[in-house]
This record gives sequence, structure tokens and C-alpha cells, in this order.
Amino acid sequence: MKLHEYQSKLIFAKYGIPIPKGRVAATAQEARHIAEELGGRVVIKSQVLVGGRGKAGGIKLAKNPEEAEQLATQILEMEIKSLPVRKVLVDEAAAIESEIYFSITNDRAKKKPVMIASSAGGIEIEEVAAQTPEKIIQIHIDPLLGLRDYQARDLAASIDLPRDHWKEFGRIAQALWQIYHETDATLAEINPLVITKEKKLLALDGKMIIDDNALFRHPDLAEMRDLDEEAPEETTARKYGLSYIKLDGNIGCMVNGAGLAMTSMDIVKLFGGEPANFLDIGGGASHEKVAAAMRIILSDPNVRAILLNIFGGITRCDEVARGILAAMDEVKPKIPMVVRLVGTNAEEGRKLLADAKMITAETLADAAKKAVAAVGKTASTRIPVMQESVVPVGAPPAKNHQKNRSVR
Amino acid sequence: MSILVNRNTRVLVQGITGNEGLFHSEQMIQYGTQVAAGVTPGKGGEWVLGGKIPVFDSVKLAMEATGVNTSVIFVPARFAADAMFEATDAGIPLIVCITEGVPVQDMMQVRNYLDQKKVRLVGPNCPGLLTPGESKVGIIPGNIASAGNIGVVSRSGTLTYEVLYALALAGMGASTCVGIGGDPINGTNFIDVLELFEHDPQTEKIVLIGEIGGTDEDRAAEYIAANLTKPVVAFIAGQTAPPGKRMGHAGAIIEGSAGTAADKIKALESAGVKIAKHPEEIPLLLK
Repeated sequence: MKLHEYQSKLIFAKYGIPIPKGRVAATAQEARHIAEELGGRVVIKSQVLVGGRGKAGGIKLAKNPEEAEQLATQILEMEIKSLPVRKVLVDEAAAIESEIYFSITNDRAKKKPVMIASSAGGIEIEEVAAQTPEKIIQIHIDPLLGLRDYQARDLAASIDLPRDHWKEFGRIAQALWQIYHETDATLAEINPLVITKEKKLLALDGKMIIDDNALFRHPDLAEMRDLDEEAPEETTARKYGLSYIKLDGNIGCMVNGAGLAMTSMDIVKLFGGEPANFLDIGGGASHEKVAAAMRIILSDPNVRAILLNIFGGITRCDEVARGILAAMDEVKPKIPMVVRLVGTNAEEGRKLLADAKMITAETLADAAKKAVAAVGKTASTRIPVMQESVVPVGAPPAKNHQKNRSVR
Repeated sequence: MSILVNRNTRVLVQGITGNEGLFHSEQMIQYGTQVAAGVTPGKGGEWVLGGKIPVFDSVKLAMEATGVNTSVIFVPARFAADAMFEATDAGIPLIVCITEGVPVQDMMQVRNYLDQKKVRLVGPNCPGLLTPGESKVGIIPGNIASAGNIGVVSRSGTLTYEVLYALALAGMGASTCVGIGGDPINGTNFIDVLELFEHDPQTEKIVLIGEIGGTDEDRAAEYIAANLTKPVVAFIAGQTAPPGKRMGHAGAIIEGSAGTAADKIKALESAGVKIAKHPEEIPLLLK
């Protein structure tokens, strides 16, 4: 779960990391009031959960409250990477002398948290990492020991931080480690951490991502989730414990297991179709959960056919069939459905669906081909698909795919 | 021969009185696995599954009483790390954690602790281990796989079943199937299992099932090129997945642009691995 900049910085402040004075505003008037309170120059910063806000024009400097209101009006009307801006952070402008990059994240290859710092902070940090990797310093932290003070000192020395700042940097480093550890963050990032003209360290921008799996022990953080920033279907999906990502195609997919769900999408594409979504119903799904999944898929107007691929293990195919029937009864979809049930209680599941006029398939490739063909029949422009009769069972599909292309 | 589990494996089930623990213990017993004991703190002294399996309060007590040598964990995610620490401290040499959704910082602590001990962890968030015809430790449906000479190692769950099923339909069987789990931080990795298969006389060919994210497949590719004599066929899921959600700048700095299916396929191909376009193509490439 991503946190907004203003949310991240409030957490920083709670742990004693210095941040600029400022507050979040939902209207331009509020932004003006905050600017009046702060006095002097302020920065108006769009609060959306994507990177590249500055480059998109979502971060502006205002000289006075009037300008703050004017710029906030502009920014609040913007969309950044197709996300509408709903809030702006109004921060006191800082007099910057230099910018540092500073973060902690998980290094999955090393199985340890890693603290990263660079004297070349700011928006071009990824460029720096690619062009001059020697300017990026990484120190791995033993998760059983935590960050040791000497490691923070080493980091400060490695990025040539003036000695006057080492103590303060050490305190900020310990605070960032505490934040990362105590909030179950997968990322706690300050970019930039600036040295001001007044020779103080100040966290000008913050980004945090919290491990969704750990939210059970952080109800306060779970409440910070911004539902406006995700598609409504994704919110519904999470409520039911489903994992759903909307895509641009027209074949709705419902599968158990993330790997198999991705594979089903891959095969749809391999046979010339376009998946409308990724949807993993997880292990041991109940019929209520399956029905919810079905409703989510059908709420996408682009969906022309549905591919259901269930390989029962913990998941029981008869339970899935009951969910499908319940959802169909309610939504009465008019689009073709291709169903493949294998594994635990598959026979019972197939019997339940026997009267539901569904297209059945034995293998995954067969199911994908039939779904692509079904869309071809309903779509106005026919999508080229392999002819069923051309494909002997067990033949290498890639070869057939090629053959079909040359025929076309 | 096989790797990691065989007919002599004596299994302890942590979380045996929960729904999943109980259901899958029964499935394992039906398959022929020697399930010798269970642990549920507070329920020591009870007997489950028709009075056949004793329940203990702790792993240590269960081990002393029954001589188990492998533990399979079904406890809820919030207790999973503790269960892994407990099994480790009790001296269980092989731990298989089925539990899904373990917080990643818990796993970093577990993994770093385990690395100091002589303990092998498989998982978490994995389907477990299956040596067809001998023993299954975990949740892989036993009836879909037959015994044979193909070693299977996978990061996925149901996709693994799909592959075992495709092998069985083609008349092929597995020596052992190892589901290493899809979490960012886990125990046993591809290289560990490849090494075991390379030295297992029953295993003649290897199937590797990977997916997008991380760099484990890339490292496996390097290992294969340098160390493996047995042929490997691979499938990578997520070739059409939209670009993953980026972890801020730090993720890009740590992992660069690695982690896409295309990158992994390229790395594996250059190590001489044959790549299947979909799971049902795997048996054809093994011939």
C-alpha cells in the first residue's frame, strides 16, 4: 500500500525527522489559507500516488498566498498519469544548498534491508544510478540486529557529507530505520533530504510503501489507504480477498493462483486474444468469493467472453461452480463463457454447470483457443484465430500458430 | 531415489487442528505420507484424525516423543514466523511452510536466522513437496502426478499442478516436485534445488517454472550454464503481464530493469535451456 507524500512526512515527523512546515489542502481556498499562515514563499505539491509529479507540472513555487491559490486551482484540475489530483500539499519553501537521496528498502536478492544514500539527490537519481553507480552507496542491515550507529556514520562519510552534519544524519538514519521496521514498510524514501542554507537537514519529500501482508498489525496505517487512487473494482476485489488488475483486452479471466492466472493470460495472447484482466481468486475460494469475482469481471463493459480456468487443489471445483451459477443468476450475462475445471471435485463441478450452456474445455490451450474464438464470433471485427480442426491434440501450438498465420 | 522427501520422511504438522492443517494432514496420510504428529499450542494431549495422530504443545515435545524429521506449517500468517523459529530451534532439519501472506520483514528475520543454522526451509507461500508414489509434504494434489525421472521446481502453486498434469497426460512422471514459493524472500531457491536434482540419480531431466519479478531465474540461468549436465526445460509465467508496480526509486536502483519475463527467458535461453510457450508444450520439449 502506497502512502501519499503528506502521509509519509507526517510519519517522518512523528519519529523526529525534520520536515518543512505545511499542510494538505483539498481546495484552492484552503491552500491560500495555509500559505497565509505560513507566510513567505510556499511550494504547492500535487498528492497523487505516482512518480514524476514535478516533470508533469504538478509541483509549483508560489511567491504569495494569491499565487498559491491560483497555482493550487491549476494543479487541482490536473491529471497526472491519468490520476486526477484531489489534494495538494502546501509546504514552506526551503532555501536549498544541496540535495541528498536517502532510503531503506528490501533487497530481495540479499534477503536483507538495504540503506541507500547518494550525494546526488533529487529527481534524476535513477539516471545517477545508471550512469554513475559509484555515487550510490548501499549498506545492508542485519534484520536481527537493526541499524548500527557506525553504519549510519559510514554512510555519511561515503557520500562526503560534511562532518558537522554526521550526528544529525545519524539521528535521521535511526529514525528512518525505526519507521521502516515499525511500520512494516517495503520502502521508506526521503528524496531529497536537503541541507538548507541555514545548515539544517530537512526531508523535503517522502515516499512510503507498506507491506500489504503486514497491515493486520497496523490498523492505523490501513486506514490511510486512499481509495480514490484505485479503480473501484480493485477496492471491491480486495474486500473479497481477490487479486484483480484491469487490463485493456476483451477476454475476462478468472483463475486460481497468480502463476496460473498469468499463464492463462499469456496463452490467451499467444492464441491471438487480449486478456481484459488479471484475476486470482486465491486458494480455497468460497462460492461467495467466486460470485464476487464474476461480478467484477462482468462490470467491465469491454469483456466479450470469459475464460474460467480452475485447477482444484485447496480450491474445490464444485464450490467454484456454485459461485458461477449464483453470479449468472444475478447478472444474467449474455456473453460466452469457456470453462475448464480440473482437480479436486472437478467432476461434481462439471455436473453442476452442465445445464448452464457453457463452452467446456479439457486443456488450458484448448480453453484459451475457444475463448479467443468466442470473442471472434461476437466482435464486429473478427479476430483471426486458429481453426479448431487444424489442431491435432498434443501438437506443438507454436507451430500451428505460425501455420495459421501463413494461411492468413 | 528422489530429493528432500521419500517414504521414510516422518512429518510433523504445525497447526494441525486448524481447517487447512487437518484437511491436508488427512490428504497426506491418504497419499501414504508418514504423518507422525501435530502441534497446536494449548491442545497438547489431544488426538486427531480418528485418534491416530497425537497433538503436542510444542515442536520440541513432538520431536522428542515421535522422532519427526520434517515439519510442514499451516498456521495463519501472523504466527508463521514464530512457527518457523520454533521448528528451527527444536532442530528440525527440513521445514516446509505452506502459509501464504507472511509479512516480508518477518521473512527477512527468519531467513537470516536460518542461514546461521543447518536448517532447510521450503516456502513460504508454496505448495510443498511431492515425491510421487512415496510421500507428499504439503498440498499438491497427489493424484495428478505419476512417478518418473523428471525433476520439477517451481515458484508457483496451481501452475505447478498444471505442469505435473501435463506431464502425466504425456506419460511422463516426476522424481520429485519442489514448490519453492513465490514470495520475495523465501528459503530454498532454484539453485539449491537444481543442485540437488543434478546429484540425484533418478532425475534425468529438469523442469523449471518461474515467473516475473526478482532475479532468481537469472541467477539460476548462470548456475545452469556453469554447473548442470542434465537438460532443463523452463516456462516463465507473466509474459503479457503489465509492467509491475514500481517500488519508487529504490527498487529501480536495487533491481535495475531486471525481472521481466523477456529478460528471464533470454537469460535461460543463453544457458541452453529450452523455453516452453505454455505449460502443455513442456512434455514436447522434454522428448
